[in-house]
Order: sequence, then C-alpha cells, then structure tokens
Amino acid sequence: MKKAAREFRLHLYICAGTGCVANHSLEIREELFREIARCGLENDVRVAITGCNGFCERGPIVVVQPGGIFYQKITKKDIPQLVDEHLVHGRPVERLMYRQSPDAPPIPKMHDIDFFKHQSLIVFKNRSRLDPEDIKEYIRFDGYSALRKAFTKMSSEHIVSEIKTSGLRGRGGAGFPTGLKWELCRASPGKEKYIVCNGDEGDPGAFMDRSVLEADPHAVIEGMVIGAKAMGAHKGFIYVRNEYPLAVHRIQIALAQAEQHGFLGKDILGTGFDFSIHVVRGSGAFVCGEETALLASIEGRVGRPRPRPPYPVEKGLWGKPTNINNVETWANVPVIILKGAQWFSSIGTKKSKGTKIFSLVGKINNTGLVEVPMGISLREIIYDIGGGIPDGKDFKAVQTGGPSGGCIPKDLLDLPIDYESLTEAGSMMGSGGMIVLDEDTCMVDVARYFLNFTLQESCGKCPSCRLGTKQMVTILDRIIDGNGRDGDIEFLEDIGKNVKLSSLCGLGQTASNPVLTTLKYFKDEYEAHIKEKRCPALVCKALISYVIDPDACGGCTVCAKKCPSGAISGEPKKVHVIDQSKCTKCGICITVCPDKFSAVKKVSPAKTKI
Amino acid sequence: MTEKIESILRKYDYRSANIIQILQDIQSLYRYLPRELLLAVSQRLKMPLNNIYSIATFYTAFSLNPRGKHLCTVCMGTACHVRGAPGVLSRLEERLKITSGATTEDKLFTLETVNCLGACALAPIVVIDGHYYGQTTVNKVDTLINTYNDEESS
Repeated sequence: MKKAAREFRLHLYICAGTGCVANHSLEIREELFREIARCGLENDVRVAITGCNGFCERGPIVVVQPGGIFYQKITKKDIPQLVDEHLVHGRPVERLMYRQSPDAPPIPKMHDIDFFKHQSLIVFKNRSRLDPEDIKEYIRFDGYSALRKAFTKMSSEHIVSEIKTSGLRGRGGAGFPTGLKWELCRASPGKEKYIVCNGDEGDPGAFMDRSVLEADPHAVIEGMVIGAKAMGAHKGFIYVRNEYPLAVHRIQIALAQAEQHGFLGKDILGTGFDFSIHVVRGSGAFVCGEETALLASIEGRVGRPRPRPPYPVEKGLWGKPTNINNVETWANVPVIILKGAQWFSSIGTKKSKGTKIFSLVGKINNTGLVEVPMGISLREIIYDIGGGIPDGKDFKAVQTGGPSGGCIPKDLLDLPIDYESLTEAGSMMGSGGMIVLDEDTCMVDVARYFLNFTLQESCGKCPSCRLGTKQMVTILDRIIDGNGRDGDIEFLEDIGKNVKLSSLCGLGQTASNPVLTTLKYFKDEYEAHIKEKRCPALVCKALISYVIDPDACGGCTVCAKKCPSGAISGEPKKVHVIDQSKCTKCGICITVCPDKFSAVKKVSPAKTKI
Repeated sequence: MTEKIESILRKYDYRSANIIQILQDIQSLYRYLPRELLLAVSQRLKMPLNNIYSIATFYTAFSLNPRGKHLCTVCMGTACHVRGAPGVLSRLEERLKITSGATTEDKLFTLETVNCLGACALAPIVVIDGHYYGQTTVNKVDTLINTYNDEESS
C-alpha cells in the first residue's frame, strides 16, 4: 500500500514547471529515485514534483521539506552528493545553495532568499509544497475547504457579495471588478449559463497563468465550482493556450481527480448541484484572449471579436449568459471565501486589492514569477526581488502589459503598482508581464517588435487596426533601416492616436501604446535614428558596424576563423580588419574575441574605422 | 486513414462546433492538415470546406503544408527578443537556407517561430522536436544544427 505523505521523514520537491523540465528536472527525479533506493531510504524520504517554483533563473530547483532548504541549478551529477550528505548524514550541501554572488555566503532556506523574502503569497501559497498531480496534497493544505464552506454554509447571494466586498478585480488586464461581473451574470435571465476560465495567456513574456495551471490546478477548479454555484451555471470551460501542453495535461488530471472526490460533476458534495468543466485548447491566435473572440473560438469559429454590448454576461456562449475570468482571478476565489473579504481587502491599495503575480523577465538578474501586494513600487520589484540588472548595466525602462502596454522609464521607478497608476503612466497592468530593459535595448526596436506582433495578430476586422498597425510598422522599419524622415515622429503619433480611437477590441485600442509611450519617454532615441542615423543602444543593424580596434587587436585569428561570411582578414600576430562589404553583422566576432583583447567594437553611426 | 479520421470524429460526436479540436487531433497525428482529410471531414460533418479552410488558416498552430522531419521553433517572445532571438533566427535561416515558416528542400527541417513559450528564464529559446535549448547564441545554433546534420549522415 502507498504510504501517506505524512509518514515520511523528508520530502524532496522537484520543480517540474516548464522551465525546469526543459532543464531536465524529470531526469533528475529519476536519478534521485535511484540514489535513494541505493541508500535504502525509500521508506524514509519521499520525492515529489511541484509546479513552477517561480525562481526560474536558478532552475532546476529542489526544495527539501520540512525546513525549506533550497537547492538550485541542480544537475544529475550533483545527486549522489546531495543524497549522501543531506539525506543520509543530515548535512545540507552548501555548494548547491543559493548565493547572491559567487563569493557571498550560501543562503540555505528558501524564505531567507531576497527573491522570496519580499513576496506575499496568496495564489502561489502552495509554491514548492505540493504535487499538482495529487489531489490529496491539495486537500492537505485546506484545499476544497472553501468549496465545502460555499456549498454548505453560504447562499449564492452571499458568495457574490463576499467577492464583491473583497474588491477583487480581473487579473487578465482590464481590472473589471469580479464581484460585479458575477452579480450581472447571476441576474441575467435564463436557466442555462456558462462559466469560462481564460487561460489564453498570449502576452509574450507573461507566464503566470501557465504556472498557476501547472502548479495548482485545483485552486482554479475550486474557484470555478464556487463561481458556478454563485451564478447558477452547470457547465464550464477552461481555454488554455496550445503552447502550454504541460498545463493542459495537469488540468486534465486534476479535473478527473476532483470529479472522483465529488467536488465536480454530478451532485457536488451531495447538494444536488451539477457542474462539469471541459478543457478547450487554443490554436495560437493572440486575439482569442479577448473575451468575445475566445467565446467564438470555443464555439468552433474563427476568433474574431464582436462589438459589446451585449456583454458576455448577457449574451455569451451560444447566446447564453457567460462569465469569463482569468486563471489568476479564479485562483484567488477559494482563499477569499475561506479567509473572508475583509482579510483580502486589507491587502493592497485603495482601489486595487490583494496581490498580483508578475513575470519578471528580460535584462534582470532573477528571472521568475513574483507575487507581490498591489501598491509595491517598481523599484522594489526590480531591485529588491529581481536583484537588479545583470553585468553592471544601467536600467533603462520596464515594459508592462505586453503588446497592449507601454514602457515606463527610470524616473518613474518609485511608481506604486496598481491598475490606475500604470494606466496613468501610459501603460497598463495587462496580465502582469514585466520586461526589464537595459541600456543595450533600443526603444525604437522594442516599439517595432510589439507593433509587428499586433500587426501579425490583428484579426483583420477593423481597418484602423489592420492598416494602421501596418503603416506604423512601415514607418518604424524605415527609421530602423536608416531612412527615417522629418515628420515621421508626428506621423506615428497621429496614426497611433487614431488606431486607439477607432478599433473595436482591446487589441486595436491599445496597439499603439508601445509606440506612444516610447515616443513620450524616449523621443531622443527616435531623433537619433532619424537625424543622426545613429542607434544609441547599438542594436539596429543598418545603423551600426563592427570594427576592430587596431590598438587592442592581438592578432589571435579567432575572429577570422569564426566569421561565417569570411569578412575578417589578417595574419597571426597582426592587426585584423573587417571588410564591411562582406560583414553580415551577426556579431560572432564580438563574442569570440578574447576578453584580454576585447578588440571588436560596435559603433554607430556605421563607420569602417574606429 | 479513414479509420483514424472516423475515430477522431466520433470522439467529438461529429459536431462541427468541435472543428478546432478535430483539426488539432488531425494535426498531431500527421503534423499538418492533409487536403484529402479536410475534404473527408467536410463531407462527414456536412460543413463547407471553405469554413474549415478559414479556421485552418486563421489559427497559426495549423499547417497546410507537410513539415520536415525535425521541427525547429524559435521563441520570439519579448524576453527572447531583447536577449538576442532575432540574431539566432537569422543565423538559423542562413544555415538552413530557408525563411521562417518554410521547410528545407531535403525535408529535414521546418523552421517556425512562436510568440512566447513562457519559459523566459531560458531566453533565447530554440525548441527542436520538443527539446528545449536555452540561452542560445549564434554560436550555439551552429553546433546544434551540426549535431542534427551529423546524426542524419551517420
């Protein structure tokens, strides 16, 4: 018979989120099984997987409980030592622990590490402590107690009013009050109603919904069942991005287990209430994150948004009242029901309650997912939690809100993060992607990147979005190619404002934000590109050249050997030269030039000599 | 072939509302959507072929062309972009002598891009046949392609 989890002396939790799995965490688990068996510890030590730990930068991650000893960047080779030292002899292995810098002392415990210390966990409360493929573990940590409370002690009105009082707002981007949406859906006439979980997390650089679905699928399911009871729905859908196969897998396991335990399906907890959930996989269309497009996609149609009103709470799936919430929003529901609206609304700011998960990525030391109370400043997130910018570079901006958001510059670093303040700065909360940009990032290039994205993902329905983004990309292309003209900046602003005003859905209405905010805060970079044909960040290929500094070149011939286009000539021990007519600006030479010389330089405007 | 299609259609109750899921299943079997199968689906579901075509071309996950033996996907998410994904992609295009979305003449590689894989700590990421290669550089791409090519010739 399988041993109950509590009978083991030690528990090893291996992160099996997408990032760690890509770094072979599942093979590490096999190795752990082997070593533990070799040492005869099978009945003593339990090895389990968890969902995303969040500190993806340091993966693969193994956490030993009780005690919360945090091991990072584990490889298969480290396992024998870890098992022998820690599990057999009780001596934690310092070599595998986190250090702030290579010569800093090791920090053994997870909650003492800066990255974790400043976070406050509501949605991620089960981080690194339970196996998402085992419902019993979820139940062990109060799982489904909120559902039990909602089904046995609360009326539907009471549930709705609790969510309303909590001040919870949609975590998908726009921040609509969740309780109000529930109330509207509940009041909508009609017996047949639907509930949808929007897991079509399309913002590039945001992956908290994937992580929640992978790490704690039951929290989302529990939230949805409570919502179903509150609104009187009997069928629900979870719409998950096609790019997230692991999330689909975990949610399917969780659904089957929840049904076996009577939390889902027919006659939930013997109350006579039926509710079923179906998983629908997206097919790679960003616009399907927009609610009306998402509904069209569930109905088996092309995902094009339609005008609102009527809102989905009145006419949604197959014309019936439908309530759509984002993954993170649903995952907040059980804990609000369990701990009460008062408790939840004590966290955060006046208008933005609770916590928000951000994915901290780009030019940042601690890439990962962080859950912080609303109202925290950008500086705290980027420096205290994120550990600042790598390689001693300068912070330039942070991009929030994905393709709909904007770039926030250095002088707004003390901005408290909530829905309103971000919108005021010209950006938006979006789903919570936070892409840190440093001095080596070209803002014109970033603006073009996002606009290209929206151009490709525009469904084509509104001419302003379809053609406006195209025209803006054309202008940005020519600026980046060194053919920018006087008046291009004004032209961009003009089109940008019009696209915002005349598009139907959120995609078009926000498409020009990345351009408008970079124009607002980084106009000098645009001007340098247009007037001086210079890219200050040395990124735009047409405006830079690679040259060899004759005073620094040691004539080691490495660059000439590695150059794929044969553009570098020179004899051993003599100064090398790059033939600009052959150079494709791939940048290999700069990466292979030995540190002791560092002779290859990027210059802008493009020149042949340094 | 018809047997397989029938079982997929049965799984989805022959309902045209499930067309996206049906196409996903076909695509995971054949790695693309063969024309004759789309015709068969159209007849069995009594759904106009142009509707199916419109869905197959709207959603980027579907391909109407056969893919190469190895599927090489470059993540073009923001984190990957600022950490050098454009250089990695152009090096792959150079090495494979195709542009993104195409398949090499010897049908060995198909090169595609994806908007974000949500594994940004590994940026820039290249995925070949489901294996994630993180922190790729122009140099690493060369080694990677060489390894796959060597495997083929041995």
